[in-house]
Amino acid sequence: MTDIRYVAPQTLDEAVGAYAAAGSAARILAGGTDLLVQMRSGAVQPGLIVDIKKIKELTAVEELSDGGFRFGAAVPGAVLAEHPHFGKIWPGVLEAVNLIGSTQVQGRASAGGNLCNASPAGDSVPAMIAAGAVVTVQGPSGRRELKVEDVPAAPGRTNLKPGEILVFFTLPPRPPGSGDAYLRMIPRTEMDIAVVGCGVSLTLKDGVCTHARVGLGAVAPTALLVAPAAQALIGSRLDDAALNAAANACRAACRPIDDKRGTIAYRTQIAGVLLKRTVKIAAERAQGK
Amino acid sequence: MAKLHVSTTVNGEPLEFLCEPFETMLDALRNQLALTGSKEGCASGDCGACSITLDDRLVCSCLMLAAEAEGREIRTIEGMARGGRLHPLQEKFLEQAALQCGICTSGMLVASEALLRKNPDPSEEEVRFWLAGNLCRCTGYDKIVRAVLETATEMREAAQ
Repeated sequence: MTDIRYVAPQTLDEAVGAYAAAGSAARILAGGTDLLVQMRSGAVQPGLIVDIKKIKELTAVEELSDGGFRFGAAVPGAVLAEHPHFGKIWPGVLEAVNLIGSTQVQGRASAGGNLCNASPAGDSVPAMIAAGAVVTVQGPSGRRELKVEDVPAAPGRTNLKPGEILVFFTLPPRPPGSGDAYLRMIPRTEMDIAVVGCGVSLTLKDGVCTHARVGLGAVAPTALLVAPAAQALIGSRLDDAALNAAANACRAACRPIDDKRGTIAYRTQIAGVLLKRTVKIAAERAQGK
Repeated sequence: MAKLHVSTTVNGEPLEFLCEPFETMLDALRNQLALTGSKEGCASGDCGACSITLDDRLVCSCLMLAAEAEGREIRTIEGMARGGRLHPLQEKFLEQAALQCGICTSGMLVASEALLRKNPDPSEEEVRFWLAGNLCRCTGYDKIVRAVLETATEMREAAQ
């Protein structure tokens, strides 16, 4: 590990320039809660570490004039939790981000890092997918936008191009009667990795679901947008028939692995159970309960 | 490869040190600055024995590069006692025997102090959640949680 360089540029252009020039040996440092562990274990030996936390756009939380939110890819979970409005409008996204690790990890770990680490079990990702979040990335050939569900490519791999850095997340404005929630199944009560994670965002009008999005984590190589589950909810009063149809759609979307955390059959079963529970919480929030 | 020069503040004192680009803050504290109160338990952010505050925010010093301390304010267990007097949490940990082998203790104290600064009146559940990233293999946590809650009560009373 003797040839490592560390830079902490003040501007995004400098960061992209340094990151792109260093090629595949470069790593982005946001909270470092994955990177430093990977370096320590020898899994990653970066030639260049680009610390992005001195760049304003990557560390700001902004409420937009249209009612949406924008927050930097390097914003730690604890900072997002301290924002006066974010958690009121996106409680599901916030609880998902805040489930990542301990108080100490929350002081550093970011949603951007969680997404780019591309673990199938990353907690914030299904909630962000459900929220309809979009990321803005910047690379040597400029800026582009990606839906969150299009960022992970495989375990540990993203669809970002060489030299591209995730800059910020944008969450859309919320119509009245909207709510979101995130639940995960873990065998312990805290400090664990999801066996299944489920994010739901929905809007109710006069008791009828007019909009829904469902994200699932830890049941496939990447977190998934489950459009058929959302379609089963939209137009319904979230009655048992709709919930069962949505739960079955979630189970049908599962392509999980068998491992020490859960079997294929268990993860698939739980995906449907969590969908129902998560919808219930999101609906209560949508109704202001 | 040239070492990096870092200017920072540790426990209120401005200081400078040299570090390798890949060196963690924990290694710099222990090996460069002779501040060995912060412990290495797991080196992967799971145990909390290396807890410090960075600009008043609780972090694991094993998950932070020393180079990131540039221009920031670090506080460690060594800065907790002021003017030769122990912090009320330190006194309570001793009084209640809220420690056995002691490896987790500085991390527990730094984390608990950060909690009480943010929330002077935590519930037992809030204490347990806050300290979920500080592992102790000796005490079973009960004495630690009780010591934090009693300190909180006494500090609130003293502030009135």
